[in-house]
This record gives sequence, structure tokens and C-alpha cells, in this order.
Amino acid sequence: MRGKQIGMWKLIHKLGSPKWCYQLCGRLQPVFWIAAAALLAVGAVWSLAFSPPDYQMGDSYRIIYVHVPAAILAQSVFLAMTFASVVFLVWKIKLADMAASVMAPFGAAMTLLGLFSGAVWGIPTWGTWWTWDARLTSMLIQLFIYIGIIALRGAFSRPEQGAKAVAVLTLVGVVNIPIIKYSVSWWNTLHQPATFTLTERPAMPESMWMPLLLMVLGFYCFFTALTLYRLRSEILKRESRTRWVQEAVK
Amino acid sequence: MPPPESTATAAPTLAPRGLAATCVRQVKRELAIARRRGSEWINPLLFQALVIVLFPLGISPEPALLATLAPGLLWVTALLAVLLSLDALFRSDFDDGSLEQMLLSPQPLPALCLAKTFAHWLLTGVPMALIAPLLGLLLSLPAAGVATLMAALLLGSATFSLIGAVGAALTVSLPRGGVLLSLLILPFYIPVLIFGAGAVNAAIAGDPVTAPMALLGAMLALAIAGAPFAIAGALRISVDG
Repeated sequence: MRGKQIGMWKLIHKLGSPKWCYQLCGRLQPVFWIAAAALLAVGAVWSLAFSPPDYQMGDSYRIIYVHVPAAILAQSVFLAMTFASVVFLVWKIKLADMAASVMAPFGAAMTLLGLFSGAVWGIPTWGTWWTWDARLTSMLIQLFIYIGIIALRGAFSRPEQGAKAVAVLTLVGVVNIPIIKYSVSWWNTLHQPATFTLTERPAMPESMWMPLLLMVLGFYCFFTALTLYRLRSEILKRESRTRWVQEAVK
Repeated sequence: MPPPESTATAAPTLAPRGLAATCVRQVKRELAIARRRGSEWINPLLFQALVIVLFPLGISPEPALLATLAPGLLWVTALLAVLLSLDALFRSDFDDGSLEQMLLSPQPLPALCLAKTFAHWLLTGVPMALIAPLLGLLLSLPAAGVATLMAALLLGSATFSLIGAVGAALTVSLPRGGVLLSLLILPFYIPVLIFGAGAVNAAIAGDPVTAPMALLGAMLALAIAGAPFAIAGALRISVDG
């Protein structure tokens, strides 16, 4: 038992070491890039060329293959940032803050993509770009929270102080996630309910949701690969004074 | 051997105070400061009144149109007025060092933060709810909505103070944190605004207001439970770095 505990602490310390993490990210990165490229390529071709058109919406429903993955990622990235913020505040592991800082712009971009693709989809189906529906409004709030987090980090002249402030704001901001998640169940909204749930089969035929699943997984792999890539540059930037970085970039 | 008498008299005896007594003193201190610097809490109220005056002049003095806009306008202006008052919440304490003394106090910091936020609510939310009928008159707010407006403002402004204090604590060490503070805080005010204005609209329409009022109360309960810890954490970050 005790030996196991020490082993776990060793692992956490190792994970907290920027040098070790830099090397690990470098090894993992190609795996995720390849997986992302394969999943996105297969998913895109399948969803655009082979899955059947919708009997009501025709071909316009294919926006779902960008819209749903982007919206799912917008929330998953925030949860990942929340997890990183807790790790940073509780265990003072700087790497967790580096990870949170490189994830925030991607989360904001995904929120924007979700809102934009939804607006484009709104025209053929709802007849309007925008409506003050609970799901749309809570996603817009999410975008502003992302922007606030990015702006707050930039406002501090001492990065370590900004890091802690951002972590606190992220923990406060996570209250919006359940509101987004349940907005379609709590309110009677124009937006349709969740596409994927863990408990039920999707309401679509398999030839429609299989490529969507591939796209979602592809987005996740792309997010992971990009985060690993950006985390490596962030580590190099923040640790630029250490000997191992100077040797590594020489 | 008895202890030398000199030490007992030389050091000022600080009788340990209970938590409740400290919080009461904290609130009294804030109120005393507000009494001496009246403009700090009166100006946001004047700002709200002035903005209210702008709408009939800018949109239309038509009573029927104003009456439909009134609940939303009163809530939005109240929200903006609270936002204006927030920058001063910790600013002077940060500048003169009393914030550091508060952090060094043996009492739990979240409780002191809650007391300070309570004083802020007494000085912004409560007067705002009290002048709301008057401002409602300017916007021809239907009489059926006045009581609900006051009750909803009392509940909602307390949530505004608590959430706003988190933002004020996060940005107090920044030299020009005012605009950033609004950017951070406004998204979190939206739910309160929705249900606050919703309660007033429901009251005017003759519908039951229990559901929106209960949700306002729930948001306040959540804020009371969580915000003091976030304020305390944010203050420690702003002062210690």
C-alpha cells in the first residue's frame, strides 16, 4: 500500500517536471496528429459524400458534422481547463497552468465555431441567424467567459499572479457548463436536445451518426495534438532560462 | 517568579474577538467610511437615475412603450450601477494597506469577505431597491410590478454584490482594472437579469412570480455558499502575488 503511494507520488512529480513532460508530449504528439488526420479525413468524406440527406432538411443538415463536434469541444475544453486549474491551485504544479493557458484560445475558437456554424444552419432551418434561445444565449455567455479568461491573463504584468487569478476565474466560470448542458432540457427551446447521450441510441440512422462520431473523435484528437504541440512551446518559453532548454534548442 | 509588570502594560492588550463580533465591526467600519465619503455610494445611484432619464428622451416618452420596457431597463441600469460601484470596493483598502491587515486577521477570511460584501449590498442594493418605485414612475411602470421589482432587486442585487466582489478582488491589483472588471463580471450577471426582469414581467401580467423569485433566491444561496471563498482566494492572489 505504502509502496504504491510512493509510486503514485513519484509519477505526479515526474508529470510535474517540465523536462519530462516536454519529452512525453513530443512522443505522444505524432500519434494524435495521425489519429486526428485519419479520423477527420474519413469522417469528412463519409459525412459529406456517403451519408444520406435528411428527409426534411436535405443537405443542409450536414453542418451538424462541424457544429456538434465544435460545441462538444467548447465545453470539454472548459472542463479540461477547470481540472488543470484545480491541479494548479491545490498542488501548485506549474505545468497545469501552462496547459490551461494553451487550451483557452482553442476553447474560445470552438465556441465561436459552434455559434457561427449554428447561425449558418439557422437560416435554412429556422429562417433566422440568431434567436435568444437558452442554448444559444448560454453558449454566447461561454464565449464571453473564455474571452474574459484570456483577457485577465494578459492584464497582469507578473505572469505567476495572473496564472492564479485565471485559475480562480475558471473555477467560477464552470457554473455555466451545466447551464449550457441542461438548457435544452430545462427550457422549452427552439434548439433540439442533445445529439449524443450515454444512455440512449441517437435518433438518427447509423449511416448518419457513425460519421458524426468519427468527427467528434477526430476533433478530440486534433485538440489533444494541438495542446501537446502548444504545451511544448509554452514549456520552452517559460523554462527558457534552464540549462536543459538551452541545450535542447541549441 | 511573577512576570515583570512592564511588559503587561507596554504591549496594548488585544482582547481576542469572536468571529461574529469581528464581522459586525467590519460592517460598521464600512458604513462609517461610507458616511464620511458619501459620494462613493450615492454616485452609482445618481448614475442609475440619470441613465433612466435618457430612455424616455432617447426612445420615446410614449407611456405604453415605456411601460413594456420598464422592467428590463430598471434591471439593466441597476446592473450597470452596481458595476460602477465595484471598482471602489477593495481599491482604497488595497491602496492604504487595510486589505493586508484584513488578510492577516486571525479570523477566517471568507467570513470577513462576506461581511464586507454585505456592507456593499447595504450601500448599493438596498438603496437601489428603495428608489426603484420612483424610477419606475419615470418609466410608467405598472403598479402591479412595483412590489415584485423591489423584492427581486433586493435578492438579485445581493447576488450582484457577491459575484462582483470576486471580480473586484481579482482585478484590485491592476492599475486600470475597471473595464476588464466589467468584461469578467457581466456574463455572470445575465442569469440574474433574466429572472429578475422575468419576475417583474410576470407580476405585471398577473402570473405567479414564485418560480423566478425562487430561482433568484437559489442563485443568491449558491453565491453566498461559494463566492466568499473565491473572493478570499482572489484577494490573497492580488495582495501576495
